[in-house]
Amino acid sequence: MSAALTPGNEAAIAALVAEAARHAEPIAVEGAGTKRAMLRPVQAARTISTRALSGITLHRPTELIISARAGTPLAEIEAALAAKGQMLIAETPHLTTLMGVEAAPTIGGAVAANLSGPRRISGGAMRDHVMGIRFVNGSGEVLRSGGRVLKNVTGLDLCKLLAGSHGTLGIITEVTLKVLPAPEASATLSLPVPDLETGRRVLSAGLGSPFGVTGAALLADAPRALLRIEDFSDSVAYRSEKLRETLAEFGDAEIVPDAESRALWLAVREATPLGAAPSDAIWRVSVKPTEGPRVAAELRAAFDAKLLLDWGGGLIWIAGPATEGAHAAVMHAADRGTFTLFRAPDALRAAVAVIPPEPPPLAAIARRVKAALDPAGILNPGRMRAA
Amino acid sequence: MIRLPDPKPGILAKRDAIIAALRALVPGDGVIGEAIRLKPYETDGLSAYRQPPLAVVLPRTTAEVAAVLRYCHQEGVRVIPRGAGTSLSGGALPLADAVVIGLMRMNRILEVDYENRLAVVEAGVTNIGITQAVAGDGFFYAPDPSSQLACMIGGNVMMNSGGAHCLKYGVTANNLLGLTFVTIEGEVIRIGGEHLDAAGYDWLGIVTGSEGQLGLVTEVTVRILRGPEGARAMLAAFNGIEVAGAAVDAIIGAGVIPVALEFMDRPCIHACEAFAHAGYPLDAEAMLIIEVEGSVAEQDALLGRIRDICARFDPISMKVAQTPEESLAIWKGRKGAFGAVGRISPDYLCMDGTIPTGELPRVLKRIGEMSAEYGLQVANVFHAGDGNLHPLIMFDANDPESFHKAETFGADILKLCVEVGGCLTGEHGVGIEKRDLMTVQFTEAELDQQRAVKTAFDPQWLLNPAKVFPLKDAA
Repeated sequence: MSAALTPGNEAAIAALVAEAARHAEPIAVEGAGTKRAMLRPVQAARTISTRALSGITLHRPTELIISARAGTPLAEIEAALAAKGQMLIAETPHLTTLMGVEAAPTIGGAVAANLSGPRRISGGAMRDHVMGIRFVNGSGEVLRSGGRVLKNVTGLDLCKLLAGSHGTLGIITEVTLKVLPAPEASATLSLPVPDLETGRRVLSAGLGSPFGVTGAALLADAPRALLRIEDFSDSVAYRSEKLRETLAEFGDAEIVPDAESRALWLAVREATPLGAAPSDAIWRVSVKPTEGPRVAAELRAAFDAKLLLDWGGGLIWIAGPATEGAHAAVMHAADRGTFTLFRAPDALRAAVAVIPPEPPPLAAIARRVKAALDPAGILNPGRMRAA
Repeated sequence: MIRLPDPKPGILAKRDAIIAALRALVPGDGVIGEAIRLKPYETDGLSAYRQPPLAVVLPRTTAEVAAVLRYCHQEGVRVIPRGAGTSLSGGALPLADAVVIGLMRMNRILEVDYENRLAVVEAGVTNIGITQAVAGDGFFYAPDPSSQLACMIGGNVMMNSGGAHCLKYGVTANNLLGLTFVTIEGEVIRIGGEHLDAAGYDWLGIVTGSEGQLGLVTEVTVRILRGPEGARAMLAAFNGIEVAGAAVDAIIGAGVIPVALEFMDRPCIHACEAFAHAGYPLDAEAMLIIEVEGSVAEQDALLGRIRDICARFDPISMKVAQTPEESLAIWKGRKGAFGAVGRISPDYLCMDGTIPTGELPRVLKRIGEMSAEYGLQVANVFHAGDGNLHPLIMFDANDPESFHKAETFGADILKLCVEVGGCLTGEHGVGIEKRDLMTVQFTEAELDQQRAVKTAFDPQWLLNPAKVFPLKDAA
């Protein structure tokens, strides 16, 4: 891959895309390039990166809104929000260690990949908070969808289509996100469990309680259930105690205090407890939470699977050998849910379906939607599915 | 009045054959063709527009919906999806040559799963019906539009409905896991499922809020949530719109997100008080209803914080509910606001623009000035936390001039919303009502991009035509 072009403004990106569209020349699209090892490798002579398109353009704390150009580092946005006591709701992971990269992930990349962390179960996904978007479509037109207000049903919601489309439908140039006040305090109930199924039941009991659990993860080795409470200090103290009483039938949970609790969830967000080796492939599977332990057991039977469960047991991070056999086992285990080949060598990523195939009628709609946004088929061809 | 496309003469001429064919696909009494029985389907919540359809079909199964769509697609018959017909934007308004597919007979709750916190329901289940099915076990379905007693989950999905509590719990799109979706070709597709965040393009996201432009939804998998330990409301009354708006900013600025934060202006307070006798302060220019959740001690603590904040803005009065009954009384006026305005004026238009909350004082002042200019009364009641306005413009439907003025006034309000950085509709949808204003918010290229996505799903534009997108000259 040649060095990426890094246009400093939206118009320059639009001009490059329009030019490429005229010649039907494929373009690889990226932010800081921290997720190149995810999904399928893209074959393109040129790469356009949004990383020079940087800066927060609007932050209105009392309106719960922040706008930033796509190349703005995630960390810069988090810092600006923290300065006003706010946060990104979806607890977006950075995954630099997991992906083995040094560059700082961008907000545009986080939206294009629809990456959400532990708070997904209570606060919603990254794409749920995309209130507005500016993007360049495959014809080189600069377009907007949504806006800068919290409630908006005006027209088709192209923000949702763009979020999670991995640069295949348009190049995101600016996003407007809903944000929330950061909680004053947090605490975690940590409970050792005999097996993953018991752990999953602990998480379901916590999530089904009235105490506002905002994180529910399951460490797979020496299994341990983790339930997070976040709120004003008094509430956190009260609710962690109530939650401990609720879970008494499963054992006596330890209450992990604020600072330690935050460190714990940062680790879960970054999938650190997965313990993936550099040579491992990494998958992310999402199923309904009661299926999580079955998926885990099936994969452990198939290969030497390292595991981490989040989202009440429904999200399973998997590390294992980068082989087609292991991949087939993941596909099989996730057949009632979804999976993503999250990190693997190019050869494996080029050889297999990195996300589940769609039924033919939906695949036909997907092709037509792709053509509606990118008629020449030049944006990140083959990134999500083989042509 | 908004222009509707001319009926296709070839379809009108085949009316009897079409009805006979539909009767073969949906046996029993599921097809309505008699003029007198079509009458209830000629309009929806935007009753100024009326047009009986060619026929109405009331299928009971996804397979019947698919068969009807397949037939309509083959014959080039336009299709209007309909839930309970509560759309305030004319989303279910028929066309003379169209078949209405009403989903009210698909009203079964198929599965409730507390371990995974989800419910699978048919599209014709009412919004409140989902909560009622799980409330006994302490759970609820979060989005709560004012029409929740009548409106159906299928319609909620199509319009991405909101409600008073979406400041905390989000709108319909944020509370869905999966859909059974039927394409215009009659293909049945499962979108999403019982898990979060399906890989691939976000079909769930693009279909939700698509106003029937992309396909029909026959089953919905929703997330259900465990209710909080309790909830309680308070009132704060102010002697100016501006200070009330500043209090809203200060509450959110202090890191407090109430579960609901509602705003009423003087005309609305008076209308609601006359209707509900909720004890609203009649001397106030603006009033906030603020609700918090948690244990009694948590409610006390949060309401205490909010009281302290409001106190900085010279409130005329504040009243914290001491019991759940007092909370209900506070809400009673708000929930009945539209009905209350209906008692003052038999006809009103309900606008639905959203603005950045910082623009509230300026926008409300300008709406007041426009009200005087047009000589039409307006009452404001809205979700203050998210800036979603609901100005109710009162007019006399028996006077065409009055209706025309009300429509123009409404359009001016929506243009103002866009001008200050907001949008045309926060939760009611574009429908027929705001279709021709879309060019105020979007460029022609942006509209063409949305049209191209619509075409990808519905190449012949048979699904809910003449809604959402301004008609092209050729149409």
